[in-house]
Amino acid sequence: MTTAPRFLLSLAIGALASTVLILAAPQGRQLPASQQPAPSATPPPASQPAPTQQPGEIGVSITLSGGAAPRVAVPNFIAATPDLKAAADTIGQVLWDDLRFEREYDLIPRASYAPIPPATSMETVPFAQWKELGANAVLIGTVRQNASSLTVQARLFDIASQRSVWAKEYTASASNPRQFAHTIADELHKEQRSLGGVARTKLAFASDRDGEQARGTVEQRSIKELYIADYDGEAQRRVTVNRSLAINPSWAPDGRSIAYTSYRRGYPDIYVSYIYQGKMDQPAGGTEIIHNFLPAFSPDGTRIAFMTNRDGNMEIYSVHRDGSNLRRVTRHPGNDSTPTWSPAGNQVAFTSDRSGSPQLYIVDADGLGQPRRITSESWADRATWSPAPYNEIAYAGRNGPGFDIKIFSLEQGQIRTVTDSTGSNESPSWSPNGRHIAFASTRAGRTQIFTIARDGNDLRQVTKAGNNVQPSWSR
Amino acid sequence: MPVRFVRLVALLLVIVATASACSRKKPPVARPTPPPPSATATGTAPPPPPAPLAEPEPPVASIPVEPTMSGTSVDYNARSLDELNRESPLQPVFYSLDSSDVGGDMQATLQRNAEILKQYPSWVVTVEGHCDQRGTAEYNLPLGDRRAQSARAYLIALGIPAERIKTVSYGSEFPFDPGTSEEAYAKNRRAHFVVTSK
Repeated sequence: MTTAPRFLLSLAIGALASTVLILAAPQGRQLPASQQPAPSATPPPASQPAPTQQPGEIGVSITLSGGAAPRVAVPNFIAATPDLKAAADTIGQVLWDDLRFEREYDLIPRASYAPIPPATSMETVPFAQWKELGANAVLIGTVRQNASSLTVQARLFDIASQRSVWAKEYTASASNPRQFAHTIADELHKEQRSLGGVARTKLAFASDRDGEQARGTVEQRSIKELYIADYDGEAQRRVTVNRSLAINPSWAPDGRSIAYTSYRRGYPDIYVSYIYQGKMDQPAGGTEIIHNFLPAFSPDGTRIAFMTNRDGNMEIYSVHRDGSNLRRVTRHPGNDSTPTWSPAGNQVAFTSDRSGSPQLYIVDADGLGQPRRITSESWADRATWSPAPYNEIAYAGRNGPGFDIKIFSLEQGQIRTVTDSTGSNESPSWSPNGRHIAFASTRAGRTQIFTIARDGNDLRQVTKAGNNVQPSWSR
Repeated sequence: MPVRFVRLVALLLVIVATASACSRKKPPVARPTPPPPSATATGTAPPPPPAPLAEPEPPVASIPVEPTMSGTSVDYNARSLDELNRESPLQPVFYSLDSSDVGGDMQATLQRNAEILKQYPSWVVTVEGHCDQRGTAEYNLPLGDRRAQSARAYLIALGIPAERIKTVSYGSEFPFDPGTSEEAYAKNRRAHFVVTSK
């Protein structure tokens, strides 16, 4: 019985083709001659780092009077031809949303741009009017067609000096304008704010939205399959066809595969699906007797920690992703479940009911040494360790009839609650820069995926159809 | 095989020891009544009887077993697996909140299930462990496993060969009652028996 054929891939492959082809032109240089000749609207990106007047600074930054976040406007991009207007508008809106998400910039609401005449080229930016609106900077972009691709240029202008402080040009498939915005947002954050943005990350989760039923059972049983979406909830699509339960997704750090628990053979075991290739591994060695659940990829992507019943009760093990080098991590007659790796990969946090109620523990990943208990909740489960530089563990802690997402600071030993006790909030997963958490909540009726900032602000609903649970945020 | 057998015996000893040591649990009241397959299972030669595995203590009180089965008038082997599982003679057992202990009334149900399994010695069953939705989805996976395992261990202690009883935990993924009342939750905390081959 081979594992690959049932895998649904054409969609994923199509999507990949449109997402990986984005090419960033080298900063501050002329485009290679092989590029399509630039239509009238785009002068060469001339004012980039070369003419900087700040020795020792690589980039140029926005002129600010105080220490506040720069106030930035992102109007619709300029379409070279009328048929590109939809794409140009989309890029402007999505870029505004992406930049707003990280809160590095104070984004000026787009509704207030109406009185300002749109720029028709990079040379006709109405700086005086943007200044009146209180902007420190405005991001102007152009979109033009190159055969079946789009070429998109983006520039961040400092209002005070009326100069471009950052510029990039991209050429990629015209099929996914949103991806231009995501790429611009990530590179702007990286180069201007030294921040690893998440605009190109994805969420994986389990969902019953297709209403499929388990086969061969007397009762009506709604199965779940795995889905992925952009971090903002766009481009949702299914990536598994198990025809049985598929739950507990965990992204590999390279974003090429997802480990999860599937009952496709009648018993729960861990599968690693290469969602763009149609290949599948089964590294934990499950059988009708040995059951494996709750995989978690190590930060370097080489190992998978998981829960297994092979010793008569649930213990944490880890295994190389190719199935070799199996290692036992916990040994206790209580149930040990739901592992998560420390950012350095040398420790594992997990849930154990060894004290009588589910609590969080930390143990060395080699299984040596005594686990250290870190919570005293009435119930704590699904630890998820934050990426550096934050040294924190998010988890679901019981709060009345339901759960709230809480964060335990390993340095200070303090706990703060991120969600507001509306509905039940479970299964937290950190964004790769540690600024947001995805989780599942019943606050909107059925169970849906939400994201929230680490300080409890900016709650966003990501899914709407069916029940959606157990998010995993790609690195 | 020898390893598995040794494990099985060890498990049985533990179970018997636990059952007799733990005061709030009655010892399993395993009927020594031999299964009467001849009246029903015509022609199907029963496989060799279960190995004489540490038979538990003889019954304390004699509760007639057969009546609930309405004698031997029903031949479950004549039904398809689907029909069989739709009106299964194997009854589920229901657990307390966050518990996998096999309590008093559950023992009687498991004893009846054991009798049926002895009566149909070719049946292989899967014990499904289910949970209500009050715990986290992740925590319910080990809880469901423990529920299925405890029901299985009880059946083994009553003389059902271990290889005839598989387990699977579905956590809280497949509620029998989707409601959120106490009554619905109680229905969902169960070990559920499915005949997978006969």
